[in-house]
Amino acid sequence: MADYSIPADLMEALKNKFPGLEIQENRDVIVPAADLIPFMSEIKDNQDYAMDFLTNLTGADYKDRFEMVYNLVSMTHGYTLMVKVRIEDKEKPEIPSLCPIWGGANWQEREIYDLMGIVFTGYTGHPTRIFLDDNFQGHPLRKDFQWQGGREA
Amino acid sequence: MENIFIGIASSLRGFFSGLGVPDLYNDIIMLVVKLVSILVFILVNALWLVYMERRVCAFMQSRLGPIHVGPKGLLQSFADIGKLLGKEIILPKGIDLVVFLLMPVLIFVPPLLIYAVIPFGKDMVAVDMNIGVFYLLAVASLSTILFWAAGWSSNNKYSLIGGMRSVAQMVSYELPLILALLGVIMLTGTLNINQIVNAQNGIWFILTQPIAFLIYFIAGVAETNRTPFCLVEGESEIIAGPYTEYSGMGFAMFFLAEYANVMIISAMCTVMFLGGWLAPFGLDFIPSWLWFFLKMYVMIFIFMWVRWTYPRIRVDQLMGFGWKVLVPLSLANIFVTGVGMYIYRAIGW
Amino acid sequence: MKTQTYSLNLGPQHPSTHGVFRIILELDGETVVKATPVPGYLHRGIEKLAEARTYTQVIPYTDRMDYLAGMLMNWGYVQAVEKLMGIEVPERAEYIRVIVGELSRIASHMIATGAYGGDIGALTAFTYTFRDREYCIDLLEMVSGSRMTFSYFRVGGVADDLPGEFYPAARKFLADLPGMCDEYDGLITGNEIFQARTKHVGVITPEMGINYSLSGPTLRGSGVNYDLRKVRPYSVYDRLNFEVPLGKNGDCFDRFRIRIEEMRQCGKIIQQALDQIPEGSIQAKVPKVIKPPVGDAYAEVESSKGVYGCYLVSDGSPKPYRVHFRRPSFINLGYLAKLCEGWKIADVIAILGSIDIVLGEVDC
Repeated sequence: MADYSIPADLMEALKNKFPGLEIQENRDVIVPAADLIPFMSEIKDNQDYAMDFLTNLTGADYKDRFEMVYNLVSMTHGYTLMVKVRIEDKEKPEIPSLCPIWGGANWQEREIYDLMGIVFTGYTGHPTRIFLDDNFQGHPLRKDFQWQGGREA
Repeated sequence: MENIFIGIASSLRGFFSGLGVPDLYNDIIMLVVKLVSILVFILVNALWLVYMERRVCAFMQSRLGPIHVGPKGLLQSFADIGKLLGKEIILPKGIDLVVFLLMPVLIFVPPLLIYAVIPFGKDMVAVDMNIGVFYLLAVASLSTILFWAAGWSSNNKYSLIGGMRSVAQMVSYELPLILALLGVIMLTGTLNINQIVNAQNGIWFILTQPIAFLIYFIAGVAETNRTPFCLVEGESEIIAGPYTEYSGMGFAMFFLAEYANVMIISAMCTVMFLGGWLAPFGLDFIPSWLWFFLKMYVMIFIFMWVRWTYPRIRVDQLMGFGWKVLVPLSLANIFVTGVGMYIYRAIGW
Repeated sequence: MKTQTYSLNLGPQHPSTHGVFRIILELDGETVVKATPVPGYLHRGIEKLAEARTYTQVIPYTDRMDYLAGMLMNWGYVQAVEKLMGIEVPERAEYIRVIVGELSRIASHMIATGAYGGDIGALTAFTYTFRDREYCIDLLEMVSGSRMTFSYFRVGGVADDLPGEFYPAARKFLADLPGMCDEYDGLITGNEIFQARTKHVGVITPEMGINYSLSGPTLRGSGVNYDLRKVRPYSVYDRLNFEVPLGKNGDCFDRFRIRIEEMRQCGKIIQQALDQIPEGSIQAKVPKVIKPPVGDAYAEVESSKGVYGCYLVSDGSPKPYRVHFRRPSFINLGYLAKLCEGWKIADVIAILGSIDIVLGEVDC
């Protein structure tokens, strides 16, 4: 399979700009939650990266943390990038919303709030449920959610 | 064959006067007989048209359509009516009960009234009125009020939108419809339908008034709320328009009334433009009423053909088309007709 | 005169919402002031269910997302598992995947085309596309034994080899396909009323399309050349010669037209794949119990609706720790609210139909 990740020198430049950045060996990057908005704005607006297409936005519930996963694509350069953000607070997970940067984040963030219970801040209308009933208790994709009749995960 | 229906009528009349019934009562009896036979005629035709529509539609959609009930599926409509009669009539909350229940019944009144003046064959008209066309146009507009009332009483927004659309459509398409007929009336100088038919002895008005025919046909499709002007029902937008809340036989009545209206528009096309019951090319061994039916059914088939081919236009396009295209065109047609008449007269044709 | 707006509840039971989808419309007469889409009536929690199943058991669930193009849904998922495990899929299996995947795309686009005709009011279009889809579905049935929910893909390959009678039947279908597309063009695309209804309606600019993460024909209708099969070729698409049809105006008509053009291209792809398909194994060496190493992977395929992605997290057990599907219908629908504003009720139906959603996929 061809390699579509961002070239190493560009990654280096990013690393210099955001010291909190952690680059994994498969070139996924882990961004501190505080840096998320500046980082995303940078790689979207800087024409060297031009990551203008937010393909996928999701989250995962690990034992010690929540993890947000963002998959970005550059329409001009063809780069792809997976950005991860760790949310250490298991009780009240919060992360800034990407809606001001990408309109496409809106529904995906609502889905993650609905199913995972991660609260996205900084955007009016968030958080609202999208699939489940407004009176539904809990967030089903969390690992501690056990529903009646469900198989033991 | 030619005089079969007239013969039945006169022998019936003779039978009653033979019994010593006074002339006045005899007239009344004959009128009732005529109207009842028209009623039966409409209902049987409507049932047949439901079947025909389904077959024609299936033919155009590369399907078979109803084939199982009765020979070639001919009894399908009766089976459907039987089923619908057995259905519960659901009354939604908050409806205007009297209006809601009255509308499916009243919807048949305008078609019935109209059939009184349509000549089905030579001398086969229930009421030979000297203002036939005028009467017909006046009565035909009535059904819009019924659609609107059905939509209004249903306490459903889809029904209301449908009802409102029906009114808007009537207002903008009644005008070209009447203006198109005006061309014919100018040529004949009469409002009597029988005389209009007789005036087409030499040449059908579809040849002298082709634009009027086209306008009348288009406006007629709009009047009967069929595709591409089926905004009133608009099943992909507003479910079924005014009929949304009707169930069982109530719905079926609207459905049958639609076919009665299609028949009227086709019959009017026939009478006004296709020479009514006049036989073309001197083929008068075929009785006049059969000619009338043939022509009417050709028109009905074209209606169905159009319906199953075209998509639906949008409500603002409908208005734009009515007011910006059809009305000016029909006015122009009247102008041209008038000028043409004077030219013909001047050259003494 | 004092006027006021009213709200109309379009759906969840409505003939043209393509399933159980609801839009709350704020209307001024017939003009939409505000549209609020409400999905979720078909939400089954597939992502949660998948966490309690083994990797192979998840495959049938993916069929039930976009049930009109089940093969492609299978594909996205197994590709993610293969990426996670580092499995090389045998070439023959890749070709079979391309063939059935493109057939599935044709079937899906046929429904989109016909149903869109129905949305605009031309019900006849619907029966024509369904008649032809039947041939397509017959082919897929020949391969997988099922007509809609195929579950034909396996991790590392496909369930079964193509049967012998498939090849002549497929070639016959491919020979007929251009004629079918011509028929749709003649019946629907060329119709004046259809064009009046769809041209310049619901325009998506390329910038907004990219900003709102739209994909598939919805994005390509705006002229953005983004088709994963070309941009980041997976499987054997780099060996196949085809074009990506693009729209100009980004209106409903372009989105509709592109699907018919894509069907023609799919035909070309299948033709080439049938010519090139090598002999060999259809299944890579995969352990009986699939236990991917700890880690995560994200893989994408181009489904009939757009970019279909699968994000997979493994904790080393035989069951996936977390599965997330990036469903193109769902994300394409995110732009609907803005798209509908200012149009008439009839246009809302036209716009919704042109996005081509499948509710099984939207709600997942």
